[in-house]
Amino acid sequence: MIEIKNLYKCFNELEVLRDINCRIASREVVVVIGPSGSGKSTFLRCINMLEKPSSGDVSINGVSLTDPKTNINEMRQEVGMVFQQFNLFPHKTVMENITLAPVRVRSLGNKQAEEVGMELLEKVGLSDKAYAYPQKLSGGQQQRAAIARALAMRPEIMLFDECTSALDPEMVGDVLTVMKDLAREGMTMVVVTHEMGFAREVGDRVIFMDEGMIVGEGTPEQIFNNPSHERTQAFLSKIL
Amino acid sequence: MEVAIKSIPVLMQGAGITLFITIVSICFGLILGLSAGLARLSKNRILSFFATCYIDFFRGTPLLVQLVLIYFGIPDILRDIQEGLVAAFGIDPFFNNIPTLAAVLIALSLNSGAYIGEIFRAGVQSIEKGQIEAARSLGMTYRQAMRHVILPQAFKRMIPPLGNEFITLLKDTALVSVIGFGELFHRGDLIVSRTFEAFAVYMEVALIYLIMTLTFSRFVDYLERRLKYGD
Ligand SMILES: Nc1ncnc2c1ncn2[C@@H]1O[C@H](COP(=O)(O)OP(=O)(O)O)[C@@H](O)[C@H]1O
Ligand SMILES: [Mg+2]
Repeated sequence: MIEIKNLYKCFNELEVLRDINCRIASREVVVVIGPSGSGKSTFLRCINMLEKPSSGDVSINGVSLTDPKTNINEMRQEVGMVFQQFNLFPHKTVMENITLAPVRVRSLGNKQAEEVGMELLEKVGLSDKAYAYPQKLSGGQQQRAAIARALAMRPEIMLFDECTSALDPEMVGDVLTVMKDLAREGMTMVVVTHEMGFAREVGDRVIFMDEGMIVGEGTPEQIFNNPSHERTQAFLSKIL
Repeated sequence: MEVAIKSIPVLMQGAGITLFITIVSICFGLILGLSAGLARLSKNRILSFFATCYIDFFRGTPLLVQLVLIYFGIPDILRDIQEGLVAAFGIDPFFNNIPTLAAVLIALSLNSGAYIGEIFRAGVQSIEKGQIEAARSLGMTYRQAMRHVILPQAFKRMIPPLGNEFITLLKDTALVSVIGFGELFHRGDLIVSRTFEAFAVYMEVALIYLIMTLTFSRFVDYLERRLKYGD
């Protein structure tokens, strides 16, 4: 379970997150929406400490991440992240991308790691690309490889930051399918996306962010069908 | 013309020495440069400060001055210190001069180390931020991310500037002739002062440098092309 309490984040003078409070239950799929610049990415990046909160706390399974005694590297093993720009390692094959962290961080044997890798590549529909370099893959394939890479650490939680925004429209479906499968298998997911279809279909809860605050929160039906907050209404009318 | 032909063996030996001091200095320079580059990138302020001082000093002053400072200046101080020690403890003097070869290698290594330090820092910083973020988000430590993700990519990008640094250093070795070290240019100089065939001999020296630098830059091109494969 993720618990976020009074989270603030400033970049110098700029206050990007203001008093965020949020609990995310195990196996819950939370979709975060909101206009560009509203702090969605920063919010997500505070959950795995890629950004250090200015104040407040983020805890996972009761372990506070802002506690200096907490081993952040260990915590991150439980929190996979998928980026808008894929961020695959270009000097490694898809398989090497996937096995690197399990071998180096989890001390898995090479052979075992490759077995896990192959299993995951089948799951994301890329078993024929295991030994290709990322540049040889389409955007959609790269993103699915990146998902497989994150899953190889066997995380409890997966964070997705606009992971279909950089894709050509015809590639979006394949990536969303993989994400929907994950959601159905019970993965805890925090998903920043503009894909409202995805939010409706698998989202347990939708959070609407604006100017660094959570200004609307509810089930997809509540948010999409009768949004109470006027900014939410304005935002939804623009993108739906 | 005759002088030029006769001096070929002597100049070739000089070229061998030039190549030797270049290669040895680049090897030490790589070690120094890697350390200085990493130190500059480090979050440790003190480490980063000293690395910056080192890099700025050796990039911001002429190699010629560095050379005479190390060859004449440092021994001068050491002799002063020795005098003090001899007077205070009654021990025998043990130091007179830095051997010329040592001074040459120290100066060239320190100088190339400073440039390589910058090449290294620039190489690491040219890697997209997303790479280290992806590595860290998988639970890798900073060291693991550097070693397995950032450095392999940075090295590839460092090859052309490192090749340039090698060529620059190879040409700059001519400066060590001021402390009378018998590399290529110094030997040419000696032949000219004996025979007065300035044009032929200096031209010959120039051509030998040119052959070395061209050969090496071809090799770097080849290396770069080879490494392009596979990613
Ligand atoms: N590293 C950073 N340094 C300074 N400002 C930043 C940084 N990251 C994000 N910001 C600023 O924080 C605000 C929120 O950014 P972000 O979380 O990326 O929003 P979103 O993902 O909702 O578009 C933006 O104004 C952005 O310019
Ligand atoms: Mg964003």
